[in-house]
Amino acid sequence: MSDNFAAVGVLLIFAIALPLIMMAVPKLIAPNKPNKEKLTPYECGNETIGRTWIGFKSNYFLYALVFTAFDVETVFLYPWALTFRKLGTFAFVEMFVFIAILLVGFWYAWKEGALEWM
Amino acid sequence: MNALNQLPLNIAAAIRSLFGDPHSIWADLTMDIISIILVIVLIVLAALILILLERKVAGWTSQRPGPNRLGPHGWFQTIADALKLMGKEDVTPAGADRLMFKIAPMIMFALPMMTLAVIPYGHGMAPIRLNLGIVYYLAISAVSTLALLMAGWSSNNKYSLLGGMRAVAQMISYEIPLVFSLLGVVMITQTFNLSQIVADQHTIPFIVLQPLAFVVYLIAGVAEVNRAPFDLVEADQEVVAGPFTEYTGLRWGLFFLGEYGNMTAVAALTTTMFLGGWQGPAILPGYVWFFLKVGIIIFFQMWVRWTFPRIRIDHLMGLAWKVLLPLSILNIFLTGVGIYIYQLIVPRIGG
Repeated sequence: MSDNFAAVGVLLIFAIALPLIMMAVPKLIAPNKPNKEKLTPYECGNETIGRTWIGFKSNYFLYALVFTAFDVETVFLYPWALTFRKLGTFAFVEMFVFIAILLVGFWYAWKEGALEWM
Repeated sequence: MNALNQLPLNIAAAIRSLFGDPHSIWADLTMDIISIILVIVLIVLAALILILLERKVAGWTSQRPGPNRLGPHGWFQTIADALKLMGKEDVTPAGADRLMFKIAPMIMFALPMMTLAVIPYGHGMAPIRLNLGIVYYLAISAVSTLALLMAGWSSNNKYSLLGGMRAVAQMISYEIPLVFSLLGVVMITQTFNLSQIVADQHTIPFIVLQPLAFVVYLIAGVAEVNRAPFDLVEADQEVVAGPFTEYTGLRWGLFFLGEYGNMTAVAALTTTMFLGGWQGPAILPGYVWFFLKVGIIIFFQMWVRWTFPRIRIDHLMGLAWKVLLPLSILNIFLTGVGIYIYQLIVPRIGG
């Protein structure tokens, strides 16, 4: 039983250093001869038309909104699940009321067509 | 068998005893570094073996031999591939956002390293013991989407951009059922500590108590590692290779290592949460049981990949939101009622 976050820190240093070391290998042994044609974007042989970095319409915008609500719900549910057996009947009923309220919202979003690809 | 079971722990104790004070900070640091290096070795070995296994399973399901030229039955194929990747030119397209383009694969590779380090591989053999194990795992593994989006956006390639946007779409659909399905286990064990969760499964693995959560987690797990039938991010026939289109050489190899590492991590967490981790009959050491179970889950994932066709992204989102999410909430409800009734009954019958 310990919260060994010092070890996580060591791990993080390794996780940052190792890919950098690995990427040094091709620097040493791989050829490096860039030319203009090689550096163009690969789009199946066609010349690329227009810009790529545009305001991109994400068709799942409403999904993302519902996702945010449920993501916050998980933040509440995890501590609840951890102490659920100690808290007794009150916490048990209380959390299901909470889930029920969210489910009503979920049902409304579903009915209004938020869960459709637009 | 007990000696073999305790072997890694005895080696660890022997290394610790080399220090004057076996619990000094330097002994701890050395043990941390050794276990982290073991995790790295595990990822590289897993990737080498799994890539070959994947091609063999692909061959087996579509009734062709698979790689069989290099070495006995083609066993050296992935080693040759890895060496080839190291010698390939590292191309950065002229229009790319250079910094983001370069660090995206590194993030992808670092993530399975960070997640696999908290998994208990045997009794007392978690490289890093965390009381917040599950929360840590979920937090770290969710970042892989960010790496994919970074790669997709920074490549300045339209296919990559589409792939990156799909990665986000996929994440917001599978993440909630995935997180909710693990909640049932937490409700039973009352802990986030993965070692404790495995220890609680010594009588009965949680797949028996949580079959619904297990199925939901398996499906959401396949979506998390972006494999067919949910491999929309890198669907070859639609978006070339998605975010990986512009990557070459070892930088692409890092993505590959990261993907297979993620796959191992998901299988390892499934084993830990539902299949009893290293628990098993005493005929084999605990860590052997662990890797056998991980192997079964991975084989299942490969089998699914080569059997089912890819589904459309809106169908995936529909499946996750309209089927998996209600199922996982139902599972939370059933688990809650089950535990409540259990707690009412057990004191009365004197259990």
